[in-house]
Amino acid sequence: MTDLLSKFDPLIQERENLLATGVKDPFSLVMEEVLSPTVAICDGKETILLGTYNYMGMTFDDDVRQAGLKALEEFGSGTTGSRVFNGTYSLHRDCEEALKEFYAMDHAMVFSTGYQANLGIISTLAGKGDYVILDIDSHASIYDGCAMGNAEIVAFRHNDVEALEKRLRRLPAEAGKLVVLEGVYSMLGDVAPLTEMIRVCKENGAMVLVDEAHSMGFIGENGRGVSEAQGVIDDVDFIIGTFSKSVGTVGGFCVSNHPKFEILRLVCRPYVFTASLPPSVMATASTSIRKLMHSGNKRAHLWENSKKLHQGLRDLGFTLGTPEAQSAIIAVIMPDLEKGAMMWQALLAEGLYVNLARPPATPANMTLLRCSLCAEHTGEQVDQILGMFEAAGKAVGAI
Amino acid sequence: MANREEIMAKISELIGPFNNKGVELSAATTFQGNLEWDSLTVMDFVAAVEDEFDIIITMNMQAEIETVGQLADAVTKLMEN
Repeated sequence: MTDLLSKFDPLIQERENLLATGVKDPFSLVMEEVLSPTVAICDGKETILLGTYNYMGMTFDDDVRQAGLKALEEFGSGTTGSRVFNGTYSLHRDCEEALKEFYAMDHAMVFSTGYQANLGIISTLAGKGDYVILDIDSHASIYDGCAMGNAEIVAFRHNDVEALEKRLRRLPAEAGKLVVLEGVYSMLGDVAPLTEMIRVCKENGAMVLVDEAHSMGFIGENGRGVSEAQGVIDDVDFIIGTFSKSVGTVGGFCVSNHPKFEILRLVCRPYVFTASLPPSVMATASTSIRKLMHSGNKRAHLWENSKKLHQGLRDLGFTLGTPEAQSAIIAVIMPDLEKGAMMWQALLAEGLYVNLARPPATPANMTLLRCSLCAEHTGEQVDQILGMFEAAGKAVGAI
Repeated sequence: MANREEIMAKISELIGPFNNKGVELSAATTFQGNLEWDSLTVMDFVAAVEDEFDIIITMNMQAEIETVGQLADAVTKLMEN
């Protein structure tokens, strides 16, 4: 018998080697208590959270929690059904209304996760003979959406407008084309030049999908994302987003002004063949989305935090993923996985949690300590965070 | 239009800057096994080939191409279309 798991032997070996150096397993952290959007108890120790994507700190918002409790009482713990059968409650419709209000768009479709939103929309829109053109650094959910569909897949160099344009021009003029972009790329926290990219897409007859998972609620005057901030949201055909970041719960969605959009509910398999989100999740999401529409002050504070942390880390001598803060993600580039894991552990010992990101999730085989800020981090916490980076960086010889 | 030998010669030339290990090239040379390229190198090399011949090598096609000879065949076919 061939052991089907033997293909993972190299990874098992790499993990064993890493753990043999004495570092704590960076991928099995447990939070025993969560005190607020920015503080948890890990291994009995109070820890500042700097790697949660909880950008707007909505997870502990009083109105959000009350809405969830009420829905749990009134509608029960789950729908036990697909959206197209018994899984659409008034709360699901209301959540889609909240999204339409938030984005000022005609249609909204809620999926059970953001991953499924990309999986479903990309694989359904682009069929046999069509082309999906994507940035090489696209999220796994985008690649998996491509793998699930039957379209031809064309990749171009990260954020390279010229590379995108060249490829679009070489494709058959009559073929269906979907260009998939992200507002913020989650590994380095850099922003896409959407204005230029969308211009070349339109010139070459391509439809455009922008994943705004890491910008919703924060970037743009109304928090609609990078496409709003760059003034091109009206030229985007489909926006994909998630409830598991700024919205503070779980779920995914697609919004669009396309007049035929509603038919996707019947043909999109990751929408049809799964249970819909629990009522309490829908109620917390709707409440959070509507509050995010009026969160200009929190957006301003999150920008202050992001710029302050970016500047502070640069001043300490760390190498960062972007020359300036472009989003609420600040990526610290580490020389290798071993050093990255040591630094991660040293930060945890100081009382700070960040994400350790490693290949193949990262571009160019980088090991990253990825920090994501929250609007609920205080200025004092950012100072504390910088102090912890200094202490840990010196302890492991990273600076 | 270039024939297969010319295409093969051009591809070998394009491999040059990425051939850090100085591997001797033949039609049977594999990109992953012999040249030991990672995904980023593959991306840059594919872009160079695409620009040279003004073609698109989709990721679907790339998945089927393991050797230098297979790439030359694929490019030849794309040039014919």
